[in-house]
Amino acid sequence: MEKKIRVLVAKPGLDGHDRGAKVIARALRDAGFEVVYTGLRQTPEQIAEAALQEDVDCVAMSILSGAHPHLFPAVVNLVREKGMNDVLIIGGGVIPETDIPALKEAGVSEIFTPGTKTSDVVDYIKEHVKK
Amino acid sequence: MTEHEKIQAELDKYEESVTKAIARFPERDHLPEKRIYTPLDIKDLDYADDISFPGVFPYTRGVQPTMYRGRYWTMRMYAGFSTAEESNKRYRYLIESGATGLSCAFDLPTQIGYDSDDPISEGEVGKVGVAIDSLADMEVLFDKIDLGKVSTSMTINAPASVLLAMYIAVAEKQGVSADQLRGTIQNDILKEYAARGTYIFPPRPSMRLITNIFEYCSKNVPKWNTISISGYHIREAGSTAAQEIAFTIADGIAYVEAAIKAGLDVDAFAGRLSFFWNAHNNVLEEVAKFRASRRIWARVMRDRFHAKKDKSMKLRFHTQTAGSMLTAQQPDNNIIRVALQTAAAVMGGTQSLHTNSRDEALALPSEDSVHIALMTQKIVAHESGLADVIDPLAGSYYVEAMTNKIEQEAMDYIKKIDDMGGAVAAIEKGYIQKEIQDSAYKWQMDVESGARVIVGVNAYQIENEEPPKNLLKVDASVGERQKAKLAQVKAKRDNEAVKKALADLHAACEDENENLMPHILAAVKTYATLGEICNVMRDVFGEYEAHISL
Repeated sequence: MEKKIRVLVAKPGLDGHDRGAKVIARALRDAGFEVVYTGLRQTPEQIAEAALQEDVDCVAMSILSGAHPHLFPAVVNLVREKGMNDVLIIGGGVIPETDIPALKEAGVSEIFTPGTKTSDVVDYIKEHVKK
Repeated sequence: MTEHEKIQAELDKYEESVTKAIARFPERDHLPEKRIYTPLDIKDLDYADDISFPGVFPYTRGVQPTMYRGRYWTMRMYAGFSTAEESNKRYRYLIESGATGLSCAFDLPTQIGYDSDDPISEGEVGKVGVAIDSLADMEVLFDKIDLGKVSTSMTINAPASVLLAMYIAVAEKQGVSADQLRGTIQNDILKEYAARGTYIFPPRPSMRLITNIFEYCSKNVPKWNTISISGYHIREAGSTAAQEIAFTIADGIAYVEAAIKAGLDVDAFAGRLSFFWNAHNNVLEEVAKFRASRRIWARVMRDRFHAKKDKSMKLRFHTQTAGSMLTAQQPDNNIIRVALQTAAAVMGGTQSLHTNSRDEALALPSEDSVHIALMTQKIVAHESGLADVIDPLAGSYYVEAMTNKIEQEAMDYIKKIDDMGGAVAAIEKGYIQKEIQDSAYKWQMDVESGARVIVGVNAYQIENEEPPKNLLKVDASVGERQKAKLAQVKAKRDNEAVKKALADLHAACEDENENLMPHILAAVKTYATLGEICNVMRDVFGEYEAHISL
């Protein structure tokens, strides 16, 4: 049997809005992924450590507070520093179009903005995760 | 034949006649239970007991006798970003444009009791609101704003006591005494655990802080609304209308119980409790929700807590239009959504209103967008006629039936929560969070299946939409500037006095019978920082560990 895709859904920073993160987590689980949700207020260090411990294939981050320019790249760097070079990293939230190129440059593979279908996220992960 | 039998007979005929039409045009999902409402749906409604008059128990028609015929609701725009200087400018702009109350948004470090120079604050300073580290920032925030005249609402919860103390201290410097101050602190920790996430301490010490504030204000700041028991964020997190008022009123019951247990007389504090509701998209359902909430609270306060004063039984509320219903797609359409939500809030009898701006699914609002949002309220007030008569939808078969239905659903939830041991226990079990999450997931799946149409998102989309221009961008250097300011404050203040005040607060925290407010007020006056004060409390009280469930 094929190994299930493992995803860490993470809330970096101090933002308490996790409606989106929880909806995504549940949709991924319903799509057959194994999902771990970090809960609120995780530092980039905690997220990278959780990704390592949980041996995930993908880290999916959500921020609505506007702290993404700092926190998304910080998570990417720590994940890579820990040697997880194949782990797919994606992000979502209230993120202005103009911020997206810099985030991609920093190593976030894709950014999902408000109105995204959960099925689009599922498809994206299936297509891009390295097995 | 009685009148009701006649109506029933006519209704039967009507239902027969529609059968054919329905075969040709099947009805959509998400519709009310019935396609038409009649006197039969409200035949058990007792006008005097259930509806009555504005300003009269159970306040279904509104809490004031004349409602908007005397004075419009307070037009209060939630604002704050970057530094105190920037936010002060925005407040003064809003007052000049006709806003009649202020509403302060604080950044996340402030809301969670961290200073701007704390490593955990990195990237968050000044982002979702203004950064406040010490009294020095608060002095700048309200510079040239007469605190004796304006009413100020502060969205602050876990460290509400500290921000209120700073506000009192700034007013004192302006020569305004505490008993003249008007405003609100949100101070609703239970919904932070359940839906919003800016908690610090565990429930027990948090409830103590809240009752300390009730007691302190009843004696010293009598015109202050000591709590804004908030359904807004519960709804934003995905709840239904009935869940929004049910979980919030259950929280309200918990606060009243805690205060009574601490020895306060219900009528000494209940008149200063206020509520905060969401104005969502479904106009008539929302109007029914507002009406039902007033009726439930009035009965809870009279029958359960034996309140004697009318004021204790009146559910006064602020409203904000639903942020989660704004779309990033075709953002100008949001102006229309907000106008409809405004109509609902006004027909529902709100005491104050914040209208969201069209660009808030993308960023903090620009000044132009805020202007449109504020003018939306002005148009509804002056041009629409909706504010001309009180509770204009009363007597509508549908709205009255819906008011009853929402009340019933909410009461069923409240009963269930009572059986669990109250709101605190229900939150600790994760019950409330789970109910909200289930509703949020169902909503999302309905949008994705197309069963629920959201214009511009899953229908009527525009290919290759131009991204909107002129979004507000918070200056990236705000964190550094705020850190520098904080260093200056720390260098200038009397550090011995700070140390002494913090040690005194520490001792007070350890004595459960001590009211913390005077100690916090003394500490802020020494320019002890928000983070320093909260760290003292963290040290004694510990921190809340969230219940994670999916």
